[in-house]
Amino acid sequence: MDFGPHLLLAVLEGAVGAAVLALTALGLSLVFGVMRVVNVAHGEFFMLGAVIAWFVATSIGGHPTVGFVAALALAPLIAGLVAVLVDRLILKPVKYDPEATIVGTIGVLYILQQTALMTYGPEARPVEPPFSHRIALPWFEWGENGFAMFYPWGLSTNSYKLFVIGAAIVILLAFWLIMTRSKAGLIMRATQLDRETALAFGIPVSRVYSIVFGLGAGLAALAAVLIVPIQQAHYLMGHDPLLLSFIVVIIGGLGSIRGTVLAAVLIGMSDGIISVFLSPTLSKIIATLLVALVLVFRPQGLFGKKPA
Amino acid sequence: MSIGTRSTILHLGLIALLFVLAFVLPSYHQGNLARIMVLATYAIGYNVLFGYTGLLSLGHAMFFGAGMYGLGLAMQYGGLGVIPAFAVALICAAVLSAVVALLALRTIGVAFMIVTLMFAQAGYLTVLYFGAWTRGDEGFVIAQSARQIAGLDLTAPTTRYLAALLLFSAALLITARMMQVSFGSVLIGVRENEERTRMLGYDVFRHKLAAVIISGTISGAAGAGYAVLFGYVGATFTSVQYSIFPLLWVLLGGAGTTIGPLVGTLFMFYLIDYSSGLTNAYMLIAGVVLVLLTLFARAGLVGEIRKRWVA
Repeated sequence: MDFGPHLLLAVLEGAVGAAVLALTALGLSLVFGVMRVVNVAHGEFFMLGAVIAWFVATSIGGHPTVGFVAALALAPLIAGLVAVLVDRLILKPVKYDPEATIVGTIGVLYILQQTALMTYGPEARPVEPPFSHRIALPWFEWGENGFAMFYPWGLSTNSYKLFVIGAAIVILLAFWLIMTRSKAGLIMRATQLDRETALAFGIPVSRVYSIVFGLGAGLAALAAVLIVPIQQAHYLMGHDPLLLSFIVVIIGGLGSIRGTVLAAVLIGMSDGIISVFLSPTLSKIIATLLVALVLVFRPQGLFGKKPA
Repeated sequence: MSIGTRSTILHLGLIALLFVLAFVLPSYHQGNLARIMVLATYAIGYNVLFGYTGLLSLGHAMFFGAGMYGLGLAMQYGGLGVIPAFAVALICAAVLSAVVALLALRTIGVAFMIVTLMFAQAGYLTVLYFGAWTRGDEGFVIAQSARQIAGLDLTAPTTRYLAALLLFSAALLITARMMQVSFGSVLIGVRENEERTRMLGYDVFRHKLAAVIISGTISGAAGAGYAVLFGYVGATFTSVQYSIFPLLWVLLGGAGTTIGPLVGTLFMFYLIDYSSGLTNAYMLIAGVVLVLLTLFARAGLVGEIRKRWVA
């Protein structure tokens, strides 16, 4: 393949990664924004979503679509409920103290991960996609006979991957509408802006916190259900999404939702594109160091505003 | 009897007890305790920063790794003896911690934790990237014939135990002394109220910088000690898990106490040792202990004892 088609392929792979990353990072960003809690166990809720999707899909027979749709509904719900439990049993009793919540969620990380190891096992297992058609992509070029369109060998994508991108966009839009147009969104934004005043205006802050924590975990689980037919479910799969989400949330500005989505697209795309051309380890090293330096020299993130 | 004398007696008594144990313990537990003392040295290093200065780092595995690979690579490819290689390891850890400190100390709170985590992750990936020399996850073994100091065979169980005790005692006495002089008091001042310490005219940044370098160098010494005493150097020791472990040990034993790190490491080591006989998901225990500590015993074992009976 020539450079052009190769790049197109890398962009498509990057877009799938970016779509899933945007959803995952959005969950982390929401929790940090509203509750000021760094949820180190966020990646494990992602893993939980994938593992539950596998359990649901295998226990429901019939066409893969049935199992997939059931997983799409159940996995975020269960992950969200687990997160609400974590909030009630661990985060609330320590009064959301930053250090204690980090140590506590590290504990939750190992509890979830190791429970998955004991119940689900150490194998990586795939979930069958509801549909998957190979779509050959055309390529345009100025050749000897002028402008021509042809289908280069190997330049193709898959309808399910396009569905993942589309679904992520729909979910992001729905989320944005809820945050800006609905009463629930208003309440969440009010709590984020000023917890004390929100409390004084009769907003049940502690219930809002539980719901936000559950919603954040649910978003991660939803992202995992979308990606699990392409990747496989594995008990250690939460590690990379966690680090990438951290990176995205930092670059996008801690707690800024718009910045998070922008950064997810940027990071996801460049991760996909760079890893096609560079060694993935080297590109990860560079990315991690760059992010650490962003946090050191521009703590408000690349897109965030300077604190007043 | 002043507090200073009392704690000196406690520390010397502890070292004497550990020395006697070298000759009475069955060989299995002697081996374990040697390992625990090296890991407790790592925890002591971590405690300097977390317990006394109040800075929570999630990236100490890079300092442990700097010591481990500093020594391992110097012996494997540089052909150095144990003592010069140990010096190389200390220099590596000190330089790395100085560089990391200069950058990371510009941030505070949550950002500091994430920056240290990121640097450590970059360190881990670097070890994997240079797999041709480091042999990545698989790691490499330091030959038994090289692990000798002036004819003393560090692979012999009792010699190894005593070498581990020497390392541990040095770290324990250095940090204990450090906390009795004014430098240590300033660190505690930074932990309790950074603004007030600054107002009193202390250079907070310079004290924090020194704390990171001391903490990182002690951690590096532990990493180098681990490599030479147990003969194995591997990427696992630079992974996130090994940044979480010292936090767990120190929290369990008691942050900001001198013997807490040893107590925490000892408890956790045997807890994991016993439970790994029952299940392969032994890290579950670590998770449960972390959550329980967060909820019920923020001061850790030694801290709770001190709070209830000694103070």
